[in-house]
Amino acid sequence: MNRKKSVLIKSVINLCFFVISFIALFPLISLLLASFRPSTELMRNGISLTFDPSELNLNNYTYIFSEAGQYWTWYGNSLTISVLTIVLSLFFSSLVGYALAVYDFKGKNFFFTCVLFILMIPFEILMLPLFQLMIDTALVDTYTAVILPAVVAPVAVFFFRQYALGLPRELMDAARMDGSTEYGIFFKIMLPLMTPSLAAMAILQGLGAWNNFLWPLIVLRSNNLFTLPLGLSTLLTPYGNNYDVLIAGSVMTIVPIIILFIFFQRYFVAGLTVGGVKG
Amino acid sequence: MYPTAKSAKQEIAHAKSPNRLAKILNSQKVVPYIFISPFVISLLIFTIYPTIKAIIMSFQSVLPGQVTFIGLDNYSRVFNPVFFKALSNTTIYVILTVTILTIIPIILAVLLDSKLVKFKTLFRASLFVPALTSTIVAGMVFRLMFGETDTAAANQILNWLGLESVDWQYNAWSGMLLMVLLCSWRWMGVNILYFLAGLQNVPKELYESAEIDGANVFEKFRYVTLPFLKPVTIFVVTISIIAGFRMFEESYVFWPAGSPENIGLSVAGYIYQQGISQNDLGFGSAIGVILMIIIFVVSIVQLLLTGAFNRGDE
Repeated sequence: MNRKKSVLIKSVINLCFFVISFIALFPLISLLLASFRPSTELMRNGISLTFDPSELNLNNYTYIFSEAGQYWTWYGNSLTISVLTIVLSLFFSSLVGYALAVYDFKGKNFFFTCVLFILMIPFEILMLPLFQLMIDTALVDTYTAVILPAVVAPVAVFFFRQYALGLPRELMDAARMDGSTEYGIFFKIMLPLMTPSLAAMAILQGLGAWNNFLWPLIVLRSNNLFTLPLGLSTLLTPYGNNYDVLIAGSVMTIVPIIILFIFFQRYFVAGLTVGGVKG
Repeated sequence: MYPTAKSAKQEIAHAKSPNRLAKILNSQKVVPYIFISPFVISLLIFTIYPTIKAIIMSFQSVLPGQVTFIGLDNYSRVFNPVFFKALSNTTIYVILTVTILTIIPIILAVLLDSKLVKFKTLFRASLFVPALTSTIVAGMVFRLMFGETDTAAANQILNWLGLESVDWQYNAWSGMLLMVLLCSWRWMGVNILYFLAGLQNVPKELYESAEIDGANVFEKFRYVTLPFLKPVTIFVVTISIIAGFRMFEESYVFWPAGSPENIGLSVAGYIYQQGISQNDLGFGSAIGVILMIIIFVVSIVQLLLTGAFNRGDE
């Protein structure tokens, strides 16, 4: 009797999880399905649950691959900006996190506390003076303006410090005996050991840059410099006749990320669960 | 002979000085400062300077080529009906998202951690996937699913249930629902992972001894699981509150040109509207300073609650 009851409870709970997972994936599934349907109908009706399977076609995709050059410009912009943000922010913050973990220096605790407080400063208060700074330095409407503020990544500093605390210090002493400089120790020995944390932070920073919206919205003006979210948002008008690019284009911003996620799940989880406060 | 010796000495000194420089640059006293300097410089330019500048600008009227100190004028202007609308929208949004994004993930995490659920990895992964999307792309899908026509998914469901269609983007309650749904959908999986990590700290023996004492499932949850989840709960609540007060995109994606009667206006949206669209940098900064104070107070209350201040240097 009791066993029967527990089997029942188990199946009910598992069923619930199937339903919940389905709900979680449902918007993405319907986006994918909608991308194979005529875009005019999408504009008129929105995403419907009912559709005629015979009208499914690849027109949106053929259009985007053959005629929508603008879309690929945005894609290239987003890729460039994401890669540069990853490289610069990881370089700066891994140096800091490592220095905080392995060296003793004056002002270390003060500096660390400062970084802690900076975590609490919302980007929304920085954006107006930063915008003015970009105007004054004539950087408005450039990649540089988009990337520079993202280089400061206090969350990554914390993460790297935590990770570097666990690195074997004996290696450093051994390398010093061999005549290696402090820089050599970092770049040739310790940084390679920090690869897992670099991967996690690359994902956090990369995803942040790839999906970032507010700051690019403020500093970018020209259509040919837009990032993907920015460009796609301009297509989202009630009168738009660009729904083919919008819908197929949206699918193609998500698909590469999901593919990366399948291969690097562990790093995605590590990266995204550290950066709760990120914006 | 003598001059040559001198020049030789000089030469040695010359050769030595770059060497000495290299030595200084490589000393363990100097290296950490070199390591942190690129970050410190960018921190000064892109965080510290703008913060101070924003505070100063909040006391100024900032027009191109004409900046005047106007005292507290911006602040007295901030407290107007539109700001209070934005603040109340944001507060409601924070309360709803924090409640949803704490209670449901705790329950789901506890179930996922138990022996009751099979296919744990699959469920965890599919709940996590929404976090990979951008708010803009996800919001666009939501807009198309919650369109005002009878043929859009949400209204189709309502009609099947025998209910009337809803103009989702034009009512205060449904507008809020859209923003809360979008946010909850994206963050549910991430918060589940936080709680799953927190559950690893619960000693399994405690469950056994609770069982011996005759505790049922709910008592075990209440008296064993929840106390151990307290730190991670406080963390999740704090980051959700901060992220909630900073909400912008969830509103922008539904109403890029402003919402009817400001049903979707957030504090961050108000900063954008006044500071960027209306180009009133001083006024926008004043709103920003108020937002920062709210976030600071929340963070400090959280630090007090977790006892971070009494824990000493660690």
